[in-house]
Amino acid sequence: MRKELLEVAGVERLGPYSLVRMKRGGLESGVPGQFFMLSPPGRLLPRPMSLCLATRHELGFLIDPIGPGTIALAELARSERISVLGPLGNGFRLDIDRPLLVGGGIGVAPLPYLSERLGRPPAVLGFRTEAHAEAATLVPNAETVVEPRLVTELLRPGADILACGPEPMLEAVRRLAPQAQLAWEAPMACGYGACYGCAVEIDGELRRLCVEGPVLEAAA
Amino acid sequence: MILNASGCLDAIVAPDVARELDVFVTKTVTPLPRGGNEPVRIAETDFGMLNSIGLANSGVEKFVAETLPRLAELELPIWVSVGGFSADDYATVCATLDGCGEVAALELNVSCPNVAEPVESVAELVRAAREATSKKLYTKLSPASPDIAAVAKAAASAGSDGLSLVNTIRGLALDRGSLTPTLSTATGGLSGPALRPIALAAVYSCFRATGLPIVGMGGIESGRHALELIAVGASACALGTIFFSDPEAPGRIRSELAAEAEALGFENPSDAYAVAHGDEAPAPLRHVA
Repeated sequence: MRKELLEVAGVERLGPYSLVRMKRGGLESGVPGQFFMLSPPGRLLPRPMSLCLATRHELGFLIDPIGPGTIALAELARSERISVLGPLGNGFRLDIDRPLLVGGGIGVAPLPYLSERLGRPPAVLGFRTEAHAEAATLVPNAETVVEPRLVTELLRPGADILACGPEPMLEAVRRLAPQAQLAWEAPMACGYGACYGCAVEIDGELRRLCVEGPVLEAAA
Repeated sequence: MILNASGCLDAIVAPDVARELDVFVTKTVTPLPRGGNEPVRIAETDFGMLNSIGLANSGVEKFVAETLPRLAELELPIWVSVGGFSADDYATVCATLDGCGEVAALELNVSCPNVAEPVESVAELVRAAREATSKKLYTKLSPASPDIAAVAKAAASAGSDGLSLVNTIRGLALDRGSLTPTLSTATGGLSGPALRPIALAAVYSCFRATGLPIVGMGGIESGRHALELIAVGASACALGTIFFSDPEAPGRIRSELAAEAEALGFENPSDAYAVAHGDEAPAPLRHVA
């Protein structure tokens, strides 16, 4: 866990989303599915974001501007600096034979980096609208559906599923693929176990998602 | 002296952060295990945040058997925050911890805004704890009481050795779209910058009323904020919400505090102790950090 003040290298729009690219300074990129806490200008609390892209010089985060914090992040301008803490939590296990990446909406965020690390395996993505689906361009070898079609229609038997998306999608994937690795989301103030805010039910108990996850085995 | 506010840091998950403190204060321990409140448990607000964790903890037996030995490895003084729903609960936890050599002091959390309150008064809870332990007792008060100085005096008379000021104060946040409460429990405890003037007022009046050592807390984000609490009568400061955005806060605030004090002509930050009271400070001052 390391905190640095990072400079914005650039921001690109992808439909309603913003891809915020930061100069990475001395931060490690970590394992795909791990996350970073980004401090939006003018807000009290940082926001958890999984790493979307990692190059030698940059870390990229895909932002869905839905509240004051994410709007402030999406509106960052080149050369602004914000505090970034990470990598945090537990990412995906990469020792798998037949990976299939499954993403829904802003849940595609960790998939580009995951895809790179796994050698660009097939991916299936679902979005609410054609505009949201512009984010699919970030994920190589992806088949994309837009509502009313659902991404679960594209799951293949026998695949090792790594998924991130809204809770109903993850629940549906869990029912179809009990061995899947699922990346969950929860409101989070700190990202490193201090605030106890991100409690989710795991094995019948409320536990901190930032400590136990955010990637959990589906059976949990 | 810099502490963490109870429930704002897990020293086992983040030992490097805890080691920057002078004292580690545990999350509140109750007699029995508690899962805590359902999500959603936190919400950012203007000038602060709400939490409604609901005293999630493993219960005092498991705490003593499993958590305390691991905390002891930090080699920091450990204060245990004690909670409950009756005077008996406080007595039970205090009696259990009384024999634990690793525990330097107990902080009585008699002011959690997220769980049902005991029927007994603060004084009765303190008295029950006092009878159960010879350890140093700090009582953590709510800033919501109409006369916090009177509560502080009652706690002092009942045997409290010090005060922790202040706990969070109840607040509510609404979802942007649905206008329904964000938190599962509707209300939660407000912390962060919004608490700063409230904490200053509480420390100021409780110091004058009791002269007891006080751990001041409420929205500290900088050395200046800590210095102001010292000036109104805090002999130590605790950090809370700032940990969530800055795990490096203890070291940063410690050096800012020294620089702020020096800039105002104080050799040490502790030389600013109670200066806000001028010549009217209660005597004797029992404790200086």
